[in-house]
Amino acid sequence: MEEQKIAVQIDDLTVAYNYKPVLWDIDLAIPEGVLMAIVGPNGAGKSTLIKSILDIIKPIAGSVEIYGKPYKKQRSLVAYVPQKGSVDWDFPTTALDVVMMGTYGSLGWIKRPGQKEKKAALEALEKVGMLAFKNRQISQLSGGQQQRIFLARALVQNAAIYFMDEPFQGVDATTEKAIINILKELRKAGKTVIVVHHDLQTVPEYFDWVTFLNVKKIATGPVKDIFNDDNLTKTYGINYKVSVQQ
Amino acid sequence: MSSAQIEIQLIASMVAIACAIPGVFLVLRKMALITDAISHSILPGIVIGFFITQDLSSPLLIILAAISGVITVVLVEFIQKTGLVKEDTAIGLVFPALFSIGVILIAQNANDVHLDIDAVLLGELAFAPFDRLTIGGQDVGPKSLWIIGTIVLITLGLLLAFFKELKVSTFDAGLASAMGLSPVIMHYGLMTISSITTVGAFDAVGAILVIALMIAPAATAYLLTNDLKKMLLLSVIFGVSSAIMGYWLAHILDTSISGSMTTVLGLIFLLVYLFAPSKGLFSVLYRQKQQRIEVSLLTFLLHLGNHQEEEERHVKHLNEHINWQKVQSKSVLDLALKNNMITIHKDIVTLTKKGETFTTEAIDYIVDNKNSEIENMKDRFFLFRG
Repeated sequence: MEEQKIAVQIDDLTVAYNYKPVLWDIDLAIPEGVLMAIVGPNGAGKSTLIKSILDIIKPIAGSVEIYGKPYKKQRSLVAYVPQKGSVDWDFPTTALDVVMMGTYGSLGWIKRPGQKEKKAALEALEKVGMLAFKNRQISQLSGGQQQRIFLARALVQNAAIYFMDEPFQGVDATTEKAIINILKELRKAGKTVIVVHHDLQTVPEYFDWVTFLNVKKIATGPVKDIFNDDNLTKTYGINYKVSVQQ
Repeated sequence: MSSAQIEIQLIASMVAIACAIPGVFLVLRKMALITDAISHSILPGIVIGFFITQDLSSPLLIILAAISGVITVVLVEFIQKTGLVKEDTAIGLVFPALFSIGVILIAQNANDVHLDIDAVLLGELAFAPFDRLTIGGQDVGPKSLWIIGTIVLITLGLLLAFFKELKVSTFDAGLASAMGLSPVIMHYGLMTISSITTVGAFDAVGAILVIALMIAPAATAYLLTNDLKKMLLLSVIFGVSSAIMGYWLAHILDTSISGSMTTVLGLIFLLVYLFAPSKGLFSVLYRQKQQRIEVSLLTFLLHLGNHQEEEERHVKHLNEHINWQKVQSKSVLDLALKNNMITIHKDIVTLTKKGETFTTEAIDYIVDNKNSEIENMKDRFFLFRG
């Protein structure tokens, strides 16, 4: 079998807040084209891991490479969906405008978005089924709709790797299905998708790759090989029994 | 109007514009309190600058004051990062310390400087036209007009250039950072502009009222629009109009100009708070009342849909049913009739086709909140708007 390309390579990554490590010596290689869940208990450093890959948080040690180069040189290859709760949804702006923000990175400094960017944003809105809401003020959207807007914004970034921080948090079942279908489409198109995920029950159904994280990396690999009670117990510290579908 | 009067109003308007623009972003970033801190802690910068130049409108003052403003922000963030105290406590620790250094410096040298604390706190707009700028022996206008005019131009230029960056870093700093549109630069840029504006406005309105000029127009505009560009425009309009109205109020009452300007700002905010079309107090109360009626309407229609037997659909019975005493059953009945959702024949109420469809759609929407066909109903019914 041909050697699989590595999309994200993390070596000896340590991140600390006030000298208290939240991520401890993480080594992780994420192969291209996987749909990967990052699972772990609260405070395990899942969001921190994504943020330090994206250079939002500065690690105290270690390195991150996106397709063999530092993140700063590869920004255009990466799209990011932060936690829904991390922004103020009362901000005076519309759904379309938020999706347009996805184009700001490729525009770079000072340059304004134009018709081309607007067209891309409208297409992304259509893909997530939110075109009818394009002029809606964002506070007037339901939680699931807000999450779809965030997903559309990431789609507009037209990246090779997608990082999503809890995209299923506080969304209804229909939206969850819609989101996972889009993520699976992305994987089919050869993209790499990395998702911070909470619902262990759905891991085997949604993802093909999984990383167990609790300050240290517990395990990483194909869901069918490593998603088992042993790793769950190591990660969550209590006896875990999840019936794994093979 | 004398030329001094025109000049004062021009200066006041420029001050209002210069304050309103950064104010919008400060309000959206929930940093109103930091303006308060900056406006006080620039005092040592101003005093030291004044000792060196003996001129209240020297550019050196602006630079030194801007530096003390940024130092304030850095110190607040530093103390906050220790994790020992929260942000508001950090602000409360930093700015009185810096302000008191300024107060001590003024008091110690009170005998030989024309800088008193009253002027620092409240400003002396009325005297602004006396300090003229002369170029080559030619009088080109009041010095403070030139200073604040320059600040307005710089602010507008930066706003036009970095509007997109300011917007995304205010709304979603994480995304901005991941995209390489450094939210840190935006943050300190905004802090620097706010400090510079505060010094520029200082002459006119003093340290305390600057915060009102920054926060009140933005807070007022926020109640009126869901569009950042319109919010900026409205803030400027509110700022300038209260500056001019404030001037004339002061003229009529023969009182402080800065005090009158701020009073007008406060009154405008109060009016908008009460009467704003969608976020205003009365509009919210009205909407709640409408929602109550519409919930009753739905309950009523649902009840009709569930019952074929006539005694369940008699007007009298309905009045007693589902606690109808609590709501105005008449208005509900009228609303349903007006919308052709029911027919009343010999006091027996029957659901029309339209009523049936409406009830099913509405219940579906409330359950899964995703039917986009219901979008057009939102214009008519409050129930379905957020």
